[in-house]
Amino acid sequence: MPTAIKIENLSKQYRLGVISTGTLSHDLNRWWTTKILRRDDPYLKIGETNDRSTKGSSEYVWALKDINMEIEQGDVVGIIGKNGAGKSTLLKLLSRVTKPTTGVIKYKGRIASLLEVGTGFHPEMTGRENIYMNGAIMGMTRAEITHKLDEIVDFSGCERYIDTPVKRYSSGMTVRLGFAIAAHLDPEILVVDEVLAVGDAEFQKKAIGKMQDVSKGEGRTVLFVSHNMASINTLCNSCVILDSGGIVNFCETSKAIDLYRSLCLQKTSENFDFESNERIAKNTYISNFDICNKQPLSFSDKLNFKFQIKSKNKASITLRIAIFDINDTRVMAFDSADVGEVFDVQENCTTEIECQLLDELNFKPGIYRINISIRQGSILLDHIVSVRNIEIAEADFFGTGRYSYSDMPFCLKKHQWKIKQ
Amino acid sequence: MAEKFTEITPNNSLFNLNLRELFAYKDLIHMYVKRDIVTVYKQTILGPLWFVIQPILTTVMFMFVFGNIAGISTDGIPGPLFYFSGIILWNYFSACLNTTSSTFTTNQAVFGKVYFPRLVVPVSVTISNLIKFLIQLAIFLIIYIVYIIKGTTIVPNAYALLSPILVLMCAGLALGFGIIFSSMTTKYRDLSFLLQFGIQLWMYATPIIYPLSTMPAGKQWIFQLNPMTSIIETFKYGVIGSGVFSWGWLAYSFGFMLILLLLGIMIFNKVEKDFMDTV
Repeated sequence: MPTAIKIENLSKQYRLGVISTGTLSHDLNRWWTTKILRRDDPYLKIGETNDRSTKGSSEYVWALKDINMEIEQGDVVGIIGKNGAGKSTLLKLLSRVTKPTTGVIKYKGRIASLLEVGTGFHPEMTGRENIYMNGAIMGMTRAEITHKLDEIVDFSGCERYIDTPVKRYSSGMTVRLGFAIAAHLDPEILVVDEVLAVGDAEFQKKAIGKMQDVSKGEGRTVLFVSHNMASINTLCNSCVILDSGGIVNFCETSKAIDLYRSLCLQKTSENFDFESNERIAKNTYISNFDICNKQPLSFSDKLNFKFQIKSKNKASITLRIAIFDINDTRVMAFDSADVGEVFDVQENCTTEIECQLLDELNFKPGIYRINISIRQGSILLDHIVSVRNIEIAEADFFGTGRYSYSDMPFCLKKHQWKIKQ
Repeated sequence: MAEKFTEITPNNSLFNLNLRELFAYKDLIHMYVKRDIVTVYKQTILGPLWFVIQPILTTVMFMFVFGNIAGISTDGIPGPLFYFSGIILWNYFSACLNTTSSTFTTNQAVFGKVYFPRLVVPVSVTISNLIKFLIQLAIFLIIYIVYIIKGTTIVPNAYALLSPILVLMCAGLALGFGIIFSSMTTKYRDLSFLLQFGIQLWMYATPIIYPLSTMPAGKQWIFQLNPMTSIIETFKYGVIGSGVFSWGWLAYSFGFMLILLLLGIMIFNKVEKDFMDTV
């Protein structure tokens, strides 16, 4: 397949803080060095990677830094990354909303962007008028829109409202209409940013189907940004993972999703600080929590957890452990109340309570996240999210020489098949 | 597909005016014009009548304040005709200038999401205001005819035929100034404060409520430096037969407009590439 988009050394620098007289002095300095002294821009040399949570020393950050990639025609490429990783900046550059600081983007054909559909809708105008308006904004001619009007209205499912001002629409209807217009735009390259979140399940399905048609049937290229791994998974054949303005990896989707998830987990895990934890109840709280097994675990390990509870007064508590997979789905929970165990803790005392699994875990290899909480009756006393991760090592579970189980559900069970005589 | 690659690069030539691209988006200009006209007076009872009521009320006010109280001459022309002729042209100019000068700030929501030549917006504003102007011009002609039937002596002359060019000059000047202002205010908003009362002062520097001929002959050139002066004066001279006309000053205004417009488009094109980062 020929190349549809080629990105070379693409960077984008942003200046933080407010625009004020300080900005003016920087502007004058920049103008003086580049235009009069004919030297390089002094502010391009500085700048830090874009880590939102740490305090930086420079006013300039690189939202994107030296991005290089090539996307083939007909590919559906997902762009994943945490908030602030540079996804939207990349899309903005692609859709020419702003220009890059350095580097070049080359593309073939027309790029249409679906960054928040419904922008450019005029609330006073009817749905029909807005179809023309929005289509024109995205570069369609009047004749093209007229030709597709019925199709658009039909796809949006807003036929009854089409001659009503858009201000009377529900937000879901606005998105439907906006997506319908963009989907019928027939661009060579379609850029989609988090649009599906607003529509209902039926519409999401329809939209994903349409995007699949667009790429598979018509050979168009789709770039899709989403935090919803499920839709990334169904739609994209490869994914770019961005982190702090750089490309971590550009690979096949299921591998990319796993990689991205582990990237997210790594940063939250390890050495949770129990002392600085915000507690709900001051008197009884979790002062430590440990997994006694050696990590990474094997399939057959019987998990053993240890709580340390500090209490200033007497209480009868129940404990709970919840395990989440990388999709943030709760895959398993252990509650002492379920097995009829209520523990009495004494005044000014530290109590250690152990939880021992009697059965093998049999989770498929990967990283899992643990939340813990303690309760008195139905009252929540303490609650810690992502206190630890557990990692289950890749191994040959069925003894067949297979090590990868990424397409399997979370739990593996040994089983037998036999032909009945 | 044998298509060529389109490139997005950090630098762009100052002389690449992108007018061809603007033309490709003519349907969008059309939609914007339609939107401006149709939606302004939605949910009003009088609707498009407001296009007409505004200049009529201004004329009445000017007649009262400047004609009756201040006693400023109207060069022997009936007040309504004298004021109205100036007001509609000036209104056209100031409405265009006002709206286009805030192009980037008012449209950032759309500009932040999709790309299209940003010049579409100021150009469509100029066109939609032209339609409002034409409606007002029709009212002016009605008043004009009423006065002629009543027997007032008004002597129009062949220079009235210059009117379409005068209107275009107004449009060009407003567009030129407007896009320069809008480009300069994306980062530093100071100028937008200046513009608010600047337009008002400018109106008094333009012979709208007074005829240029009442100024001392030796000092008239100072007023003529204002490119709007010869436009308004030529219009009044041709249509109601009162005004100072000179080919020289008209050519000056025309040249001023051309250079301003070219400069404006150049600056605007440069700014539109990354104004989203600073607006």
